[in-house]
Amino acid sequence: MNVASYFDTMSYGPSSESDAQARQWLAGNKHQFGHFIDGEFTKHAAKNCFEVNEPATGKLLAKVSLGKKADVDAAVRAARKAQAGWAALSGHARARKLYALARMIQRNARLIAVLEALDNGKPIRETRDIDIPLAARHFYHYAGWAQLSESQFPDHAPVGVVGQIIPWNFPFLMLAWKIAPALALGNTVVLKPAEYTPLTALLFAELAKAAGLPDGVLNVVTGDGSTGALLVEHKDLDKIAFTGSTAVGKQIRKATAGSGKSLTLELGGKSPFIVFDDADLDAAVEGVVDAIWFNQGEVCCAGSRILVQEGIAEDFHARLRTRMSKLRVGAPLDKSIDMGAVVAPNQLKRIKGMVEAGVQAGAEIFQPEIDMPGSGCFFPPTLLSNVQPTAAVATDEIFGPVVVSMTFRTPDEAIQLANHTRYGLAGSIWSESINQALDAAVQLEAGVVWINATNMLDAAVGFGGKKESGFGREGGREGCYDYLKPLAWSKLPERAAADPKLPVAASGYEVRAVDRTAKLFIGGKQARPDGNYSREILSPKGKVIGEVGEGNRKDIRNAVEAARGAKAWGTRTAHNRAQILFYLGENLSVREREFAERLREMTGASAAKAQAELEASISRLFTYASWADKFDGHMHLPPVRGAALAVPEALGVVGVIAPPEAPLLGMISLVAPLLATGNRVIAVPSEPHPLSGTDFYSVLETSDVPGGVLNIVTGASLALAKVLSAHNDVDAVWAFGSPELSKEVEENSVGNLKRTFVDYGRRIDWHDTAAGEGELFLRRATELKNIWIPYGE
Amino acid sequence: MVSSAKSVDQGPNRGLVEVTSAHEVARNPGMPLDLSVVQALRVNKSAAERRVAALPGRRSIKADAQAAWLLNAVTCIDLTTLNGDDTEGRVKRLCAKAVTPVRPDILAALGMADRRITTGAVCVYHRFVACAVEALEGTGIPVAAVSTGFPAGLTPHELKLKEIEASVAAGASEIDIVITREHVLTGNWQALYDEMRDFRETCGDAHVKAILATGDLKTLRNVARASMVCMMAGADFIKTSTGKEAQNATLLVTLIMLRMIRHYQSMTGFKVGYKPAGGISKAKDILTYQALMKEELGRDWLRPNLFRIGASSLLADIERQLEHHVDGAYSAVKRHPIG
Repeated sequence: MNVASYFDTMSYGPSSESDAQARQWLAGNKHQFGHFIDGEFTKHAAKNCFEVNEPATGKLLAKVSLGKKADVDAAVRAARKAQAGWAALSGHARARKLYALARMIQRNARLIAVLEALDNGKPIRETRDIDIPLAARHFYHYAGWAQLSESQFPDHAPVGVVGQIIPWNFPFLMLAWKIAPALALGNTVVLKPAEYTPLTALLFAELAKAAGLPDGVLNVVTGDGSTGALLVEHKDLDKIAFTGSTAVGKQIRKATAGSGKSLTLELGGKSPFIVFDDADLDAAVEGVVDAIWFNQGEVCCAGSRILVQEGIAEDFHARLRTRMSKLRVGAPLDKSIDMGAVVAPNQLKRIKGMVEAGVQAGAEIFQPEIDMPGSGCFFPPTLLSNVQPTAAVATDEIFGPVVVSMTFRTPDEAIQLANHTRYGLAGSIWSESINQALDAAVQLEAGVVWINATNMLDAAVGFGGKKESGFGREGGREGCYDYLKPLAWSKLPERAAADPKLPVAASGYEVRAVDRTAKLFIGGKQARPDGNYSREILSPKGKVIGEVGEGNRKDIRNAVEAARGAKAWGTRTAHNRAQILFYLGENLSVREREFAERLREMTGASAAKAQAELEASISRLFTYASWADKFDGHMHLPPVRGAALAVPEALGVVGVIAPPEAPLLGMISLVAPLLATGNRVIAVPSEPHPLSGTDFYSVLETSDVPGGVLNIVTGASLALAKVLSAHNDVDAVWAFGSPELSKEVEENSVGNLKRTFVDYGRRIDWHDTAAGEGELFLRRATELKNIWIPYGE
Repeated sequence: MVSSAKSVDQGPNRGLVEVTSAHEVARNPGMPLDLSVVQALRVNKSAAERRVAALPGRRSIKADAQAAWLLNAVTCIDLTTLNGDDTEGRVKRLCAKAVTPVRPDILAALGMADRRITTGAVCVYHRFVACAVEALEGTGIPVAAVSTGFPAGLTPHELKLKEIEASVAAGASEIDIVITREHVLTGNWQALYDEMRDFRETCGDAHVKAILATGDLKTLRNVARASMVCMMAGADFIKTSTGKEAQNATLLVTLIMLRMIRHYQSMTGFKVGYKPAGGISKAKDILTYQALMKEELGRDWLRPNLFRIGASSLLADIERQLEHHVDGAYSAVKRHPIG
């Protein structure tokens, strides 16, 4: 090609970013790497290593050590040793270090960008313009949180030593998302980069050392899934933060169950991309490009499921196909491409297989006739339209440049289709009507919603999923809490094991009051237990003081259905929920004497103690009545013209296993924050002392609590907890009691990855308002949805 | 519906025999005003901004390709002088530059000596049409006249039509009209359509470029609707600006107008041309504009029959870049003949 031939064809010609410096860096390391532990690189493990290849060419880039137990142990030891000192630094001192890391990233931005493109196969445009600048932005943003940590989180301490496992799709950006908040808040880190893409993490370790990060604060252990498993199972880690597939996320949930490790999971998605008939269709088409042909579609929050209103579907698809014919696929370092290489041959095979199956299932396939590289891991941009929800491509994450498309008739059908998935990571809404767009944004079950936009990410705005897309948030203030623990809960005493007491035979001659055996309370009505068994309740002296129904799995099933049906609770005004909680307090106060007497009878507490528990319970209801219309989220400040609203949303249907102690206050302390924020609850009262719970039925009945909002099932805590935590239509379980209970609940939660809140057998003093009420509980009762609303006319 | 004629893929290899190069594309006859189409047009500004912000990073044009693209831009320039102090002497100098926009030695070094690179047209006020036609005689370079009470467009309608007639009679083969912004700002689409249709009729065989004065229209939705109405009324080109508004051509406005052209083509089959004007003075900028044309509309819109650039100082920067490409040293304006 010469000037004349370009003149005639008006084609783009080659424009390639130089890889000289990146290759030089690799050569300087002899294409061999060890781990980064305690501020030093270990010797390359020639016998235990794996190859890292360039996806665009298949050529070898480097050999990287495979982390074994000794490596992981050494890294965790180093991190543990460094943690106290790092946490003891002032926020300002940590801010300086994070600031230095941000500057270091900026100074080496092009080298990192090129190395990332080589290692992952993604276009240099993306690493240069998006990944690396955004990574630097995260370090800046969290340098800020480090600086402000003492004033903003005075009642919190760092979680401790954190194991972080990151994916291959955004190797460097995910590193930043993980490391920046962890370090800012005083944690130390053992990071395991993805097997396919460990190189920029190793480069970062080198840069961090040069930037003066103290030894041991950041450790990098490379390896595969087995190395990750070693980290997950390690006894001396306080938290695991994982980004990756839902399947592996579930394994990690199971493996860490009952261990007391904090866990945050950022997992897969099948995010809806909803195009209403009043959208700017050209903008929406361009949105699809950013949604699914960004990073070859290897994006967890990719808008991979187009839902387009039926009347405009044909027009929209026609425009989309035209647009697709302009996409360019090529070498990652070519500066004129839209899409690079898929990360590895395995992944390419998987994508091909899923697309073939989709076509066999009846999908209409469109792939534009564009130039494709002759070799390497490349897959063309692909549109599958006429997809039926029964097809796997419609429900499963493809994680490639493939978008599926379906139609809808009405806005409510759009929401129904959008939410009809196990995932809940993100959603994109296209409409020029503010009513339509905001209404849909609120209804989407997703952690991130973009209005007339897609794949917008920023350090100031939390990112994370709902449902099986995981839990926890990265970015913003909300991202800080996942690396902090409340001081009030840091030194909780272990709960004494239950004291099994044998019932004393009743004499048979005493005159008893009229029998009032409590039933269960389901859907606003008292219901006989399905099994028709009841259990005797004993006083501390072993005297039978009453009987309660023995709830079983069918009672739980019925209660969950009642709670599911009471959906309107969440859409009532916060003021209305506040009124009802106040009213509950008022009505409990009316029956003060009776409830206090019951507490004395059940627990043997003194009159003063029983009275104190009652008063605390009434106060607690008032606390959450007060919070109901005040726990109201944030407006974040990302660098766009627009707003990002962080809206706390109810989890949905929540099971509560009340602690054995404080029979009234314990249950109310857990139920009230959930109700205040719009959740519906199935509560299992204190197993040894359930009568305050059953007495509460009539208070509920007189306080305008709608049926199904709070359901109460008495019985064996552990057995009922298992049913609740394994129930796939329950969104969360809060369980307070034995360590075994915590483990069972966490383990059984994997079916739908429900949120769990457990105490690992450590007892919160419910009378202590610092530990037993307030925002700590409200944050657990809600999940933030971040709604991005760019605007402008 | 008439399908668009296939353009002859010869590039701007124009000579005396090819004075009709601007006519390779079937001329847009217009269509009845369809208000349902106009009212349904929606533009999301933030999304449009993101598209134009990302584009330069998505398409990089370097080395020989860059030189070729810059030469292509030269062939699309409407070399313009629209100043109160214009004189015949000034216009003749401009015409000479239009015929030889790039130093022959540079063209030779680029292997383009035989391509007869000229600008797309010369654009002047009516007063200088005859002078320019004479100066360009035999070159095949058309003369465009701004018209209809340029730049404000507020002279009486009948006088506007007479002005067009006069310019056509004087030899202008292209007429750049200005629309009455009031019609857009008050949503009087029928009035805009009627005005534009009259202009088109009066132009006869001369091609008509509709200047929307996008800087006055303010919103992208206004720009989209005005673009569509003018095309429905038979505009051959839609053009951003007079160069006299506070805001001239931008990539953002360009994106919207190109999308409207595409939309109009999908409805009618006719290709309408596009002319950004004012504010494009850097070689780098015109590379991005051309990339946008290619991405949004396609290669056909990189020829002077569907793409013009209203500019006066852009050419000087292109010349400098071309010389730099040839000998590797940064150039200076004074090394190239003045226009």
